[in-house]
Amino acid sequence: MGAINYTGKVLKNLFSKPSTKRYPEEPIKFTDRTRGHIENDMDKCVLCGVCQMRCPTGAIKVSKSEGTWAISPFSCIQCSACVDGCPKKCLSMEHEYQEPGNEKITKVFDLTEAQKERLAEQARIAAEKAAAAKAALAAKKAAEENGQNT
Amino acid sequence: MATRSVVPFGPQHPVLPEPIHLDLVLEDEKVVEAIPSIGFIHRGLEKLVEKKDFNEMVYVAERTCGICSFGHGYGYVDAVEHIMNIEVPERAQYLRTILFEMSRLHSHLLWLGLLADAFGFESLFMDTWRIREQILNMFEEATGGRVIFSINKIGGLRKDIPNEMLLSFVDRLDGIEKETRVAAKSFLEDSAVKSRLCGVGILTAKEAEELGCCGPMLRASGIRRDTRELGYGAYDDLDLHITTSNKGDSYARTEVRLGEIFQSIDLIKQAVKKIPDGPFDTPVKGFPNGEYMSRIEQPRGEACYYVKANGTKFVTRMRIRTPTFANIPALTKILQGCDMADVPIMIVTIDPCISCTER
Repeated sequence: MGAINYTGKVLKNLFSKPSTKRYPEEPIKFTDRTRGHIENDMDKCVLCGVCQMRCPTGAIKVSKSEGTWAISPFSCIQCSACVDGCPKKCLSMEHEYQEPGNEKITKVFDLTEAQKERLAEQARIAAEKAAAAKAALAAKKAAEENGQNT
Repeated sequence: MATRSVVPFGPQHPVLPEPIHLDLVLEDEKVVEAIPSIGFIHRGLEKLVEKKDFNEMVYVAERTCGICSFGHGYGYVDAVEHIMNIEVPERAQYLRTILFEMSRLHSHLLWLGLLADAFGFESLFMDTWRIREQILNMFEEATGGRVIFSINKIGGLRKDIPNEMLLSFVDRLDGIEKETRVAAKSFLEDSAVKSRLCGVGILTAKEAEELGCCGPMLRASGIRRDTRELGYGAYDDLDLHITTSNKGDSYARTEVRLGEIFQSIDLIKQAVKKIPDGPFDTPVKGFPNGEYMSRIEQPRGEACYYVKANGTKFVTRMRIRTPTFANIPALTKILQGCDMADVPIMIVTIDPCISCTER
């Protein structure tokens, strides 16, 4: 009796396709939410460092002075806390899994030339504004002093 | 009198998915005593509360174990939410319940596969794991991860699961139910399987109560106790039928877990029908201050999460009491007097999760 129970299943399995995929010939289908690895669009990144603060494992290192954004993929736990926290939405969680490797590498992303120029321009404008504000403050102070003197 | 000999069992053994060591004192082929020793997979996760802030700790709590990962995250988050008096939105409660029942499903299907493997029914083992694969695919669709979900956060969930996706899950669960019923027939009616399970490792209700068992192990001995009855999450609104059995043997434990699979499918369907629309998380301000003990029903039994906080961003103490820890005394009890050949089955029937136990 026991054998009969399973015979139908066995016969079905004999004549049906295997339920496993013929990877790599048949590629994996990722879902929309699959968490694979982190990519950074360096054309939008402003190196603010929020991702570095949010990362629970300290996998992300942001260097403003060198203009680089680095991630050590073997420390990353794919929690996507950095993606959620990114103010410029330049970080993205890609579907493909992180490639295996023999050594613990660090992936370094450099800012694009266009973004470097944009950031430099922004920094210059900010500096000019600060200088103008400082000058205005100094002028105001001088005027007040003049007023007191007279 | 027969001479006694000691046979070491584990930590590396084909039947054990995780390392536990047992010294089996044998008299001929009968086990007289079993002395367990653990400590092969201790990682010190509880100590990490001193280094990770209370939000980041969710990720650590989830990594306590791969099979009950959702439950561990849920238990920790639940404790912190109670300390901080956070009102979790109803939709988040329902979604958590659905995901939790799905993890119970995949845990029990995994266990059935391990059991089939232990008594040497390879094709049944592959079949149950094939069914389980569909649930892992559903998890990947809903959360982005197959084993570690990272979807829980203090105050709710990090992502909403749209209603259409939930409905598609219900459709697929119908198929899973059908396939599991076929597999269940082999587990419960096959004479070869029955001869390995019936009357093996009997634990009476009194013994189960005295040894402090929990989960399916306790319910298979005829005691109706389930932490879900406390009504945490959305369980309060759902119609919960607790599966019990009076036999107390390995067969009863299989029966109870199979019953729980169908019951979980039913609970998910109920929850999807009743799930309200609305927000799925609530903003959290400030740091936790106080202590709380949260109790939830993991697939393996009742788990407790104790969290103590002092108003800083680091929690002072977190302690997890896992169901396997409570079931190991019962394991040593049922091993007494059994045949050496039945030891693997008996170890599998308590559904040991050693990485939870040692953390």
